[in-house]
Amino acid sequence: MSVFAGTRIERSRTSLSDMSPMVRRRLVWGLFFISPWVLGFLAFTLYPIAASFYYGFTNYNILNFTPRWVGTENYADLFTSDNVFWGSLRVTIQYVAMLVGLATVFDICIALLLNMNVRGLSLYRTVFYLPVMVPVVAATLTWVWILNPRHGLVNGLLDRIGVDGPLWLASPRTALFSLVLVAVWGSGRAVLIYLAGLKEIPSHLYEAAEIDGANPFRKMWHITLPLLTPQILFNVITMTIFSFQSIAAPLIMTGGGPNKATLLYGLQLYRLAFERLRMGYASAMAWILFLLILALTITMFYGSRRFIHYDR
Amino acid sequence: MTATTGDLPQPTTIRSGSIKARTELLLQQLGAHATLIFFGIIFMLPFLWMVSSSLKPTADIFQIPVRLIPETVTLENYPEAIRAIHFLRYLGNTFYYAAFIMVAAVVSNVFIGYGFARIDWPGRDIVFILVISTMMLPHQVRFIPLFITYSRIGWLDSFNPLIIPAFFGNAFFVFLVRQFMLTFPKDLDDAARVDGANELMIFWRIVTPLSKPAIITIAIFEFMHGWHDFIGPLVYLRNPDLYTLSVGLRLYFTQHGAEWGLLMAASTLFTLPMIVVFFFAQRTFIEGISFTGVKG
Repeated sequence: MSVFAGTRIERSRTSLSDMSPMVRRRLVWGLFFISPWVLGFLAFTLYPIAASFYYGFTNYNILNFTPRWVGTENYADLFTSDNVFWGSLRVTIQYVAMLVGLATVFDICIALLLNMNVRGLSLYRTVFYLPVMVPVVAATLTWVWILNPRHGLVNGLLDRIGVDGPLWLASPRTALFSLVLVAVWGSGRAVLIYLAGLKEIPSHLYEAAEIDGANPFRKMWHITLPLLTPQILFNVITMTIFSFQSIAAPLIMTGGGPNKATLLYGLQLYRLAFERLRMGYASAMAWILFLLILALTITMFYGSRRFIHYDR
Repeated sequence: MTATTGDLPQPTTIRSGSIKARTELLLQQLGAHATLIFFGIIFMLPFLWMVSSSLKPTADIFQIPVRLIPETVTLENYPEAIRAIHFLRYLGNTFYYAAFIMVAAVVSNVFIGYGFARIDWPGRDIVFILVISTMMLPHQVRFIPLFITYSRIGWLDSFNPLIIPAFFGNAFFVFLVRQFMLTFPKDLDDAARVDGANELMIFWRIVTPLSKPAIITIAIFEFMHGWHDFIGPLVYLRNPDLYTLSVGLRLYFTQHGAEWGLLMAASTLFTLPMIVVFFFAQRTFIEGISFTGVKG
């Protein structure tokens, strides 16, 4: 994504050695203004990354204060003998794949409908965005109650039309999907981004296509979707990064159950670190997650290059 | 910022023409409305269920068949929830946390953003890429060492681990401020510089007043972040006197899982300020989000 779009200030052509006093003064002022970020980066990002990398090779229970070096033992244990780790990784990949797939299709469809010049656009937009405003604890508690197999709203409504509803969060078969539904409900931010992207598509492209006799399907396939690819990539990447780390929803709604069906990676990591205080082992897990997200992001970013249209 | 007011020409072009074309258009519109209304109702059901459960007397909560509209409406859950869940104490903590980081985030990010947008110093763009790339970092990687550090310096059971980092900027907001400040003409500060103003004066007297929309966006998003945050308070606050609404409400849920009338009343009260914020600042939300997606 073009991070530097709109840069108006011309680049400096001076190299560090022969800097004019004016350039040096600008450098000093620039560093002065960004100094809070630099300090924060060192203290809250760089140091923790380095420390976490080190802890990953130690056995470190925070109660006995000194980390003990164990080499690659944590990583070896994770990969060879930790079934819970593999289980949580599998569940997380399923969760992310279902969520990103479903949310992307759904959000684009809603944005397309909203872009059809419908009356009451601002009302609809509010309706689809409002779930984002609900604090995660309030939202998850409400959903636990909605999905209550006997007394909840969903099965209550299904009961009215004679359908025996599933057990939702209480069954290993539907629990993960229930979490996905809740997350799709809260994905209205992406709808707004898609809608803004659709509004940027110049109408003369559609007019030209119409003169050429293109039908709505062809217009969608050859104009709308290709020109929406920057927004799709942005949403898919941010949603993937975000949902890989999900802790709050499974922690509150299912506690990872039933039968570890919703034990997402982030939740398992949280438990090892903050309930069992296995800081070294959990740090190794955090690094695996980090590398996994990094690899995925880079793959999506470069893999999509051929399909992305930035020029309009 | 991008206007999303729907005044742009639309893909479904209206062409004066045959009755067939007009009927087609009408059917399209009807279909769009029907689908939007259908999903819109589904999206609103959780809100209705939350409020409806909060208005039901305890005896009706587990009523079969399930009713969306309460048979008897009562407000008794509200005072009871406020008392039983220690709502006011948690509310005070939540407000303290959210307001504090809101101020900290505005001050720090506008300051940092100025350094990236309005001063052309060698190396700036490389450092900015570093800022952006920190967005990809999963918070789990930082959580454990930070927790260990905070516990060593005695910050656990205080708001310090939640509040202090907000004074050092955040990649997303720095990005937002930078993009916003880049839209001002360069002559603006050059003229002031010729008159002998230094960078601090330009920052404070010229650029900051013009950045009001970006400031409002940051203020709202950061306040919302503090209001919503669950994992931060969960990890760093063990003393129930310091609990925010998120952790307090979840604690009550783990202890009294079946008291849905009270839990839904508390959830309604917890959510209401956010809904009010949204309706007052709707434009800011929509423009801020659309902006990051399109220009990002």
